[in-house]
Amino acid sequence: MYEKDGEKYFVVDSHMHYWNAAPDNWVPGAEQYAKGWIECFHAYQGLGPPATHWTIEHFQKYSEDDLMKDVFEDGHVDVAVFQPTYLKEWYKEGFNTTERNAEMGKKHPGRFIYNTRWDPRDGDEGIEVLRRNVERYGSKGVKLYSAEWNSGSRGWKLTDPAAYRYLEVCQELGIKNIHVHKGPTIWPLDKDAFDVSDVDHAATDFQDLNFIVEHVGLPRIEDFCFMATQERNVYAGLAVVIGGLMHARPRFFAKVMGELLFWVGEDKMTFGSDYAIWEPKWQVEGFVDWEMPDVEEFSDYPRLNAAGKKKILGLNAAKLYDIDVPAEYQLGAGQGTPAAQDDAQLVAGA
Amino acid sequence: MTAPLTAGSRSAAPGGHSATPGDPRGPRQATPGDPPGPRQPGAPRVLQALAAVRDPELDEPITSLGFVASCTLSADGEASIRLRLPTYFCAPNFAFLMVADAYDAVSALAGVRRTEVVLEDHFASAAINGGVAARAGFARSFDGEAVGELHQLRADFLRKAVMAGTDQVCRPLLAAGTEPPALRAMTLGDVPGSRALDRLRQRRAELGLPAGDDAPLLIDPATGAPVRDDAVPLHLRRARTTRISIEANSGICRGMLRHRYDTAGLGEEDQ
Repeated sequence: MYEKDGEKYFVVDSHMHYWNAAPDNWVPGAEQYAKGWIECFHAYQGLGPPATHWTIEHFQKYSEDDLMKDVFEDGHVDVAVFQPTYLKEWYKEGFNTTERNAEMGKKHPGRFIYNTRWDPRDGDEGIEVLRRNVERYGSKGVKLYSAEWNSGSRGWKLTDPAAYRYLEVCQELGIKNIHVHKGPTIWPLDKDAFDVSDVDHAATDFQDLNFIVEHVGLPRIEDFCFMATQERNVYAGLAVVIGGLMHARPRFFAKVMGELLFWVGEDKMTFGSDYAIWEPKWQVEGFVDWEMPDVEEFSDYPRLNAAGKKKILGLNAAKLYDIDVPAEYQLGAGQGTPAAQDDAQLVAGA
Repeated sequence: MTAPLTAGSRSAAPGGHSATPGDPRGPRQATPGDPPGPRQPGAPRVLQALAAVRDPELDEPITSLGFVASCTLSADGEASIRLRLPTYFCAPNFAFLMVADAYDAVSALAGVRRTEVVLEDHFASAAINGGVAARAGFARSFDGEAVGELHQLRADFLRKAVMAGTDQVCRPLLAAGTEPPALRAMTLGDVPGSRALDRLRQRRAELGLPAGDDAPLLIDPATGAPVRDDAVPLHLRRARTTRISIEANSGICRGMLRHRYDTAGLGEEDQ
């Protein structure tokens, strides 16, 4: 929780990790990918304030104590959603698995939500693992990384028939939230890997599921906006928007926020620190302090007040994940409904 | 003998990363007897050719983005170029296009007998460098992983560039008081000349879209058809979002590149 100028913010970090990317976890023969992946993440951290940069060694493997301090003690977060990323072709025990997250999280009851994942290329066996994970960890959400390599394949799309089968199983198991993360390598490689039209189709066909597009579809923010504005069940995951732009490129941060507020709206944007890429503390504090610049260039963008920031920092995600929010952190009368879907279709004909 | 133009130290270039062709910033090692690199005939010409190669996604020259790590031209016409990207996992299709375009731009120069372009530090370096050197095309370079060449991908991104360029051209007009419906009646010839306008015309021409003085200012970049009256506000809105998306990505890419390499690229410009 965070309090500033008399306003109280309940903070849900809806996108964070507990990874091991140290050399002891690299798959022999795939070291260059394991190393390249974590170095790429580390470069993203370089976009945050210099005082929050870590050494690569610390970044490769941080401790449970580091996480608890950075996220909860210092970072103002009330509840955090673990988003696993397996990458088992490169990391022996996986980069950041559901099991690893749960092993750590069970020592801190009430702090974590365990999302799991699936990969349509894993077939029947994968569906069994998904069922087991939902049973064991109570997962209400999954993180899908469509560019993951798997037995010679460089990725998949949500519209693949095998993926639809998994989405049907999600509905059956009570999974509500599908976090989609696009990456650079999708088969076939001659197509744009970041295209979000498959999310559009799946969101239309699975109305009971919420599709949270992580990193707001970066680097295809425009395609994401044009799609999201037409789909009542598509949300914008802000991980990387705040961490990657608010400090490094404040003017573009304001413009991207303006675009998202216009096309998607404050009811459908969720904060995620992407820890350990960035610590939540400076992101939460900076975002609460942030205001749309009061100059002509930004004049036709919607404004964001304290109520809107409360939704984005926590109340929207709390609604998606049925997290109890103490009364003092909830919105007052007339301040709107977090995660409301009826404000969608903001821009007709987009 | 080869006199390289090499990337300059970032710390030696405070206040910017600009290095103009033939005038790289930063300290450089020169072997006694070598002619000074910047005056070596050829290498500035190579850099100039590379300045015409764009990142198709960001619609900016690979030089100003800082992607050119070094380029040399030997006395007997061997050009050697090293490129670098913001991350190890940048999309391989765009990376391939940049390497292939760099190869084509440099090998077309008079006096260049042989061209080598090497993409460094990328997960698909071997496939890309080998494929471009063998002039194999994308699908053959990524055997079994691609079904076609990259023309469609390139055209898709040129259309985005046209949308972004539409915002760059229209925004000053709107700020000066032109109403959106009036933009619809305007032709490219009605717009005061600017770099943004030249660029928009060039991108439209590359796509085979009307780009002459009598062509409408507002067109659908997929079909070339004029934008309908009632569609103008949404068209302008989409143009703006597309521009912001590209510029925000460009900002992130520059930041990542800077974290990855502590030297400025040849011709790198801060934005």
